[in-house]
Amino acid sequence: MRFRIALAQIRPSLGDVARNLALHLETIARAAEQGAEVIVFPELSLTGYYLEDLVPDVALEPARSEVVAALREASLRHRLDIAFGCIEVGEDFRFFNAAVYVSRGEIVHVHRKLYLPTYGMFDEGRYLAPGDTLRAFDTQWGRMGMLICEDMWHPSSVYLLAQDGAQILLCLSAGPGRGVRGEGKLGSIEAWETITRSAAQAYMIYVVYVNRVGFEDGAVFAGGSVIVDPFGRPSASAPTLDEALLVGEVDVGEIRRARLFYPLLRDERLDLVLRELKRIYARRHRLAPSDEGS
Amino acid sequence: MAFEDFNPALAAELLIRFIREEVTKVGFERGVLGLSGGLDSSVVAHLTARALGPENTYGVLMPYRTSDPASVADAQMVADQLGIRTIRVEITPMVDAYFERFPDADRIRRGNAMARMRMLVLYDLSAALRALVIGTSNKTELLVGYGTIYGDMAAAMWPLGDLYKAEVRRLAQYLGVPARILEKPPTADLWVGQSDEEELGITYDLLDALLVELVDRRRPLEALVADGHDEALVRRIAEMVRRSQFKRRTPLCPKISSRSIGHDFRYKRDWGS
Repeated sequence: MRFRIALAQIRPSLGDVARNLALHLETIARAAEQGAEVIVFPELSLTGYYLEDLVPDVALEPARSEVVAALREASLRHRLDIAFGCIEVGEDFRFFNAAVYVSRGEIVHVHRKLYLPTYGMFDEGRYLAPGDTLRAFDTQWGRMGMLICEDMWHPSSVYLLAQDGAQILLCLSAGPGRGVRGEGKLGSIEAWETITRSAAQAYMIYVVYVNRVGFEDGAVFAGGSVIVDPFGRPSASAPTLDEALLVGEVDVGEIRRARLFYPLLRDERLDLVLRELKRIYARRHRLAPSDEGS
Repeated sequence: MAFEDFNPALAAELLIRFIREEVTKVGFERGVLGLSGGLDSSVVAHLTARALGPENTYGVLMPYRTSDPASVADAQMVADQLGIRTIRVEITPMVDAYFERFPDADRIRRGNAMARMRMLVLYDLSAALRALVIGTSNKTELLVGYGTIYGDMAAAMWPLGDLYKAEVRRLAQYLGVPARILEKPPTADLWVGQSDEEELGITYDLLDALLVELVDRRRPLEALVADGHDEALVRRIAEMVRRSQFKRRTPLCPKISSRSIGHDFRYKRDWGS
């Protein structure tokens, strides 16, 4: 089975959800015209990234939100699945950096970002709560998993999704560009190339990495969205820094082929991993300083 | 040397995009900057002209009577090279009128007043031309506080604010800034014969090298001394960075309400755009 997937490398406005929704709908229509059956937007595509105190103003409940309803309606009208980023407010009034997958008018899956970078140029932990579940989910195009930017820097996230059966990994990102040393590329772009390729190659999965572009208060988001095939080869890539709508193909047959050559998932030993993780966890827990005095 | 792998083409591309996007998304099309004939403002003029177009870039020449005449000539040369518009505003009458009230003022006060008079001109022209003020401060001078707060530091943005002097020089070469400007010793030109390096008591090359270690690489002071740097010098530079922190921040605001500017009322400048 094959399908066409659009990578929407957009430039959202900071805190202007109405304008960003219009940008989504216009981009979705263009992707549909080009025959896309799935479209993936970047992290926080409906809101912009450096929200700070804007978080509660832009937050929504996916099931009740009119903004999400407009995207659900678009998924019906254009017959394409849509993954996008937003701030989700939970029933307990915690806020999450979320990725939502909608198909045929319904919300199929919501992923809450697990790892909130709170160091250097990032401050997400001040405003947001981390998610605490990670699940692959079924779609008409196969079993998928979603990660949001920093999640992908934790190899355990990809590992878990792959073990949970994900064959297509969508990574929604707001990855900054920095590092103007050396030849050609931004340092941060090279880091993402390494991470996406190694993830695809290690688990024989498609990695669909969608990064935004544009500046927020001087910080630039680098773009460089890419589809990496299950052999770890980029099969379609968008430019850096510029807005782009990249339409590429995912061929599930390639996953089968990669797994015939490299049956690494077959050989994976969950029992060994679990056993050793339990041992490490127990040891760490006993050694934790907070526990020593108790 | 710490900057040999600096990629000026990539830096230029980012900075041009930065200026274009941060100017236009807040509703402006034009930029205005003080053109001194020195390295930094020449580079910013190049970047701004490329970002916004020469027709939307205004270079303002603001000599004082003690300014080196060569400075104005060099500034004009850069403007002619780029085809940007220039406006000449002599600041001598304004500065001198003020100091009639304080005739004994020393050259530091006078230098600061010149820098602030230029700020006044730039911000007035900003309103007149509907143009954002593009600052010319670089990372080296910002870190050691070698600038006048509310003077030459006043701007909507600092395109060179994350580039050390050595990187600005490399960028200037890449952009085609005239050799004469690249070769002359850096000066604030606030009084006759002033030299940045003499006033700072250190060469830019060494200052850049120390700042990269302390700031970018976050290495402790002791490690720099162990590398063979003079301890007193390293301490003096670290102290300059600390003491000038106030220049890089907005003014202090008391925290007495439940939500206070500067404490827990947090929005980016690009809020809504």
